[in-house]
Amino acid sequence: MEGGDHLAHERNKAEFDVNEMKIVWAGSRHAFEVSNRMSRLVASDPVFDKSNRAVMTRKELFKNTLRKSAHAWKLINELRLSDEESVIFKYFMDQPGFLDLHWRMFVPAIKGQGTEEQKQKWLPLANKMQIIGCYAQTELGHGSNVQGLETTATFDPQTDQFILHSPTQTSSKWWPGGLGKVSTHAVVYARLITNGKDHGVHGFIVQLRNLDDHSPLPGITIGDIGVKFGNGAYNSMDNGFLMFDKFCIPRDQMLMRLSKVTREGKYVPSDVPRQLMYGTMVSVRQTIVSNASVAMARAVCIATRYSAVRRQFGSQNGGIETQVIDYKTQQNRLFPLLASAYAFRFVGEWLKWLYTDVTQRLEASDFATLPEAHACTAGLKSMTTSATSDGIEECRKLCGGHGYLWCSGLPELFAVYVPACTYEGDNVVLQLQVARFLMKTVAQLSSGKAPAGTTAYMGRAKHLLHCHSSIRKAEDWLNPAMVLEAFEARALRMAVSCANNLSKFENQEQGFSELLADLVEAAIAHCQLIVVSKFIAKLEGDIKGKGVKNQLKNLCYIYALHLIHKHLGDFLSTNTITPEQASLANNQLRSLYSQLRPNAVALVDAFDYTDHYLGSVLGRYDGNVYPKLFEEALKDPLNDSVVPDGYHEYIRPFIKQHLRSARL
Amino acid sequence: MEGIDHLADERNKAEFDVDEMKIVWAGSRHAFEVSDRIARLVATDPVFEKSDRARLSRKELFKSTLKKCAHAWKRIIELRLTEEEAGRLRFFVDQPAFVDLHWGMFVPAIKGQGTEEQQQKWLSLANKMQIIGCYAQTELGHGSNVQGLETTATFDPKTDEFVIHSPTQTSSKWWPGGLGKVSTHAVVYARLITDGKDYGVHGFIVQLRSLEDHSPLPNIIVGDIGTKMGNGAYNSMDNGFLMFDQVRIPRDQMLMRLARVTREGKYVPSDVPKQLMYGTMVYVRQTIVADASNALSRAVCIATRYSAVRRQFGARNGGIETQVIDYKTQQNRLFPLLASAYAFRFVGEWLKWLYTDVTARLQASDFSTLPEAHACTAGLKSLTTTATADGIEECRKLCGGHGYLWCSGLPELFAVYVPACTYEGDNIVLQLQVARFLMKTVSQLGSGKAPVGTTAYMARAQHLLQCRSGVQKAEDWLNPAAVVEAFEARALRMAVACAKNLSKFENQEQGFSELLAELVEAAIAHCQLIVVSKFIAKLEQDIGGKGVKKQLNNLCYIYALHILHKHLGDFLSTNSITPKQASLANDQLRSLYSQVRPNAVALVDAFNYTDHYLNSVLGRYDGNVYPKLFEEAWKDPLNDSVVPDGYQEYIRPLIKQQLRTARL
Repeated sequence: MEGGDHLAHERNKAEFDVNEMKIVWAGSRHAFEVSNRMSRLVASDPVFDKSNRAVMTRKELFKNTLRKSAHAWKLINELRLSDEESVIFKYFMDQPGFLDLHWRMFVPAIKGQGTEEQKQKWLPLANKMQIIGCYAQTELGHGSNVQGLETTATFDPQTDQFILHSPTQTSSKWWPGGLGKVSTHAVVYARLITNGKDHGVHGFIVQLRNLDDHSPLPGITIGDIGVKFGNGAYNSMDNGFLMFDKFCIPRDQMLMRLSKVTREGKYVPSDVPRQLMYGTMVSVRQTIVSNASVAMARAVCIATRYSAVRRQFGSQNGGIETQVIDYKTQQNRLFPLLASAYAFRFVGEWLKWLYTDVTQRLEASDFATLPEAHACTAGLKSMTTSATSDGIEECRKLCGGHGYLWCSGLPELFAVYVPACTYEGDNVVLQLQVARFLMKTVAQLSSGKAPAGTTAYMGRAKHLLHCHSSIRKAEDWLNPAMVLEAFEARALRMAVSCANNLSKFENQEQGFSELLADLVEAAIAHCQLIVVSKFIAKLEGDIKGKGVKNQLKNLCYIYALHLIHKHLGDFLSTNTITPEQASLANNQLRSLYSQLRPNAVALVDAFDYTDHYLGSVLGRYDGNVYPKLFEEALKDPLNDSVVPDGYHEYIRPFIKQHLRSARL
Repeated sequence: MEGIDHLADERNKAEFDVDEMKIVWAGSRHAFEVSDRIARLVATDPVFEKSDRARLSRKELFKSTLKKCAHAWKRIIELRLTEEEAGRLRFFVDQPAFVDLHWGMFVPAIKGQGTEEQQQKWLSLANKMQIIGCYAQTELGHGSNVQGLETTATFDPKTDEFVIHSPTQTSSKWWPGGLGKVSTHAVVYARLITDGKDYGVHGFIVQLRSLEDHSPLPNIIVGDIGTKMGNGAYNSMDNGFLMFDQVRIPRDQMLMRLARVTREGKYVPSDVPKQLMYGTMVYVRQTIVADASNALSRAVCIATRYSAVRRQFGARNGGIETQVIDYKTQQNRLFPLLASAYAFRFVGEWLKWLYTDVTARLQASDFSTLPEAHACTAGLKSLTTTATADGIEECRKLCGGHGYLWCSGLPELFAVYVPACTYEGDNIVLQLQVARFLMKTVSQLGSGKAPVGTTAYMARAQHLLQCRSGVQKAEDWLNPAAVVEAFEARALRMAVACAKNLSKFENQEQGFSELLAELVEAAIAHCQLIVVSKFIAKLEQDIGGKGVKKQLNNLCYIYALHILHKHLGDFLSTNSITPKQASLANDQLRSLYSQVRPNAVALVDAFNYTDHYLNSVLGRYDGNVYPKLFEEAWKDPLNDSVVPDGYQEYIRPLIKQQLRTARL
């Protein structure tokens, strides 16, 4: 059976040009080619094998990560990979490790918050990895509330040094990746105290370990925080804790781009606008959204291929059973996730544009669009990561019993992905930021200040508060204007209703805290509108390739209409649509599922994932699932011997009824 | 800080008698006392220590499981524990193992499907564990569709034997717990073939391993299927595969209570009614519902205590931050889960009664209530296990970053629980069985045959199709009749709408397959009604103890109203309530949250879980979370040495820029 494509009949059914879809998915021909080349480079290198991760102990797994990281860095240098290539190369290694934090947090923090002088000193060291850095912000007792951090950095004018100190157990740094065992340096966030005054949280470059023997420097206690969720997954990372006992660093290791402390201990803010920091945040969140689409696509790819391989029930007269992908219950759960993967891809693409736009404006000191851009990226980060972690678990369930096997790839994907809901802003906290922004926007509607960007629709409040959806038949739900209007009306009405309810409270803050749950729902409605509208906008662009546009259109409306169904309470309670129109949307959705069905496998092929990257027996490209499940099973250490270790001590005494006298 | 109760403040706030609530939760004073005594017995025995599970390799974990099982059995014998006590002991040992299958599946299968003779022979061996058995039904290619199994048992009249054979790779038994490494025997399900005719799937007792040296018998290939989701969790179980190459067993090892094969090879059904088998199914599912309330309450206990310990934001003037349990967003996610734990508890209690009732009727050959009881247990199994799996993960998220640590207890609880959504009937497949039953009930409404049991409300179809909810103010949502009517109207209208849509199809089966998704929703609506109405019925009973009833009342309406909010689309599209009434329900829900808040910690104390059973640093009874997180972290093998294994090979060359020449 080796070599045969068990899914060939599925691929032959496809009504579109898969190769063109690969380009659309990748974003450009260039992006596709780089990605394709790097993924194959990683897949063909035996050092990057990852199929044995679940059977390793924590120590073995960690050492294996160190090896992969060193090997990757060696190859990046030998092959003279470009920045773009090396980022993608590391991505396809697909094993969380200290490199992620060094490149994505430590280096950017110095670039963004360091002075020119500081950058000249530290970046060459970091860029060659002569030092390895991490990002030490969160503490044992303090996560989302950065302003509540307890670690102090007190300036001592006598020695011209900062004294870093952890005053309590809860002030211990806790969670930073790469901190526990590897990093030589860290950007540490601490309360800056000078002249007896607390100036709030600032960043400091701190050396943690001796560069010669790697031992922690005196006054520093450091270690790994222990086992995390899942087998493999983030256990390859040395998330760490860190405590300072009056540890001194030179004054010039405070990151001083935004404010500095003088030799005399005077705190001096610089004239660099604070808003510049938000630019970085937009960039980081844009990356998270695009990673969400990748993770979701990976899970959907596995579940879709396996749903085409797996058969159950429906056999007539002893014939072959029905592929589970043909059941409407399966389609109803799977296809909206497939559509979501594409939707998140395109909204991520748009966020890239937004980041460029914001950066240009910041350089021109135009901060007008920043609050809207900030709220929008916060909301999209929250929405896409929540949907993706739920979606991965749903894909696992869609694979039935075998999805519970580690070698299905889904348990580890889930375990490695779920922290995205918490890091870089807890998802609920982020939606509350969106909600605050929406309430402000609603409050200013009558002031003549026109809402911008993704809130522009709110400028049409009068119309949207009163309009009636004109949907009359199922096909009307394929009309972009009608779909958009429904989403706009729902989002606006929910926001306005929150604002009305808030105004009933004497104290605004108390009202906000009482209505938190409603506010989150209004924020989510707004974010879903953004995703739907960016998908529709994508369809209006020039899209080449036979049948490609038609497939994307189906996916777009599946995405939109499944949201209407899922959040029907919102749409009906705001009188945005009627129950009859909702029922027409369901009919249209079913018809779209049928149109998607023959293209499903080809639509996940378009992600162009290698079997190495997928890391899933169920999601194999060739669909040769069952023999490979056996191969994997036989590799388990429990199968090293036929009679298990422990038989003589613990099983035989049962059977021989010797248990009473056995020493256990 | 040891010995101090950090949650004493919370416990002092409680407005009810916790000890009385413990009795209500346990079901009776007797049940409470047994449970309490056995839980402490397990918790104080060092052999049952489980805090190191995540650090064990698969082999070590498996061996420790064998040890625990042998030790448990020894204790059961030594202490002469009753069957009830022994069951509780295995429950609190809390480590999946072969004994679960031996007692939960193998023994009951022989009891239910064996003749008197067979029971006498095999049960005496099994009860003393002279043989260890498992339940080998599912195959690599066949799960939900039992009738599609491929393994054959062909009668050979020449030798008076059955020949058990696995004709294909997909016919390999796959998943049975205890099979891979431990069981000496199995009840194997195979297609019975005699005289060239296939009589469908039947059960056979097959010896798998030598009782002398534990090696598999000739022509039997048996092994473990490999690593499963999560660290620890079900990896303590040897889920196995099993292939037969023409293995012969004596004819009398076919389980012959329902049908037998004569010496001549004639297939003879017995006069024992087939329906008796459904009694067992009702029993097993009742157990699963009770387990759902255990697992959900365990997760909720952890999340509630930690939410009271954890503080974030809200500090005024450098004061103490706000407990996260005080945020409405936290309450809005946590309290419905707390309410669900209680709701599932009481519906589980009612299922116990139902099982007794069904058993009594079966003995009197009254099969009239069986289809309804069967549908009802199928639906409740599906509803409660799905909600519990999702609820555990939600509790993990409610614990923020630290919930991702293994020592929070939630990752392992999730990993060990989720299979409940798949085993004993895939949750979607089960809801479709409920839907079929509902469609049949609707079609018979005019026939004069009155619907019984949990479908009795359907007899009031005329009223329920026309009625309008009388709710006019928020407090009306505490009126049991008003709440039940809204749930009844919604369930009935959804079922009737499905039936109408079905009738538009010429071919009923095709219609059913096209409308699967809607049918599932109608089934869920029906099941939620059952849970709500059983909770309300519980409140009508005599409940002693200061304030206990009041708390249960709050939880009951939180359960009902949060369902109403979550499925608002259903209620509005069926016109069961108006948007205005929905908004009143939300107001009432918020008010109930405020009433539950001071009682939250006491309400989870009422589950009476030991810290051993919870196995969660975040859920500790004394709330002393942070120091204990440190203690756990230090135990990680990565912290054995300050400089990690791998430093010399992989980190030093990086920093010293010697990577080019390094051999990795």
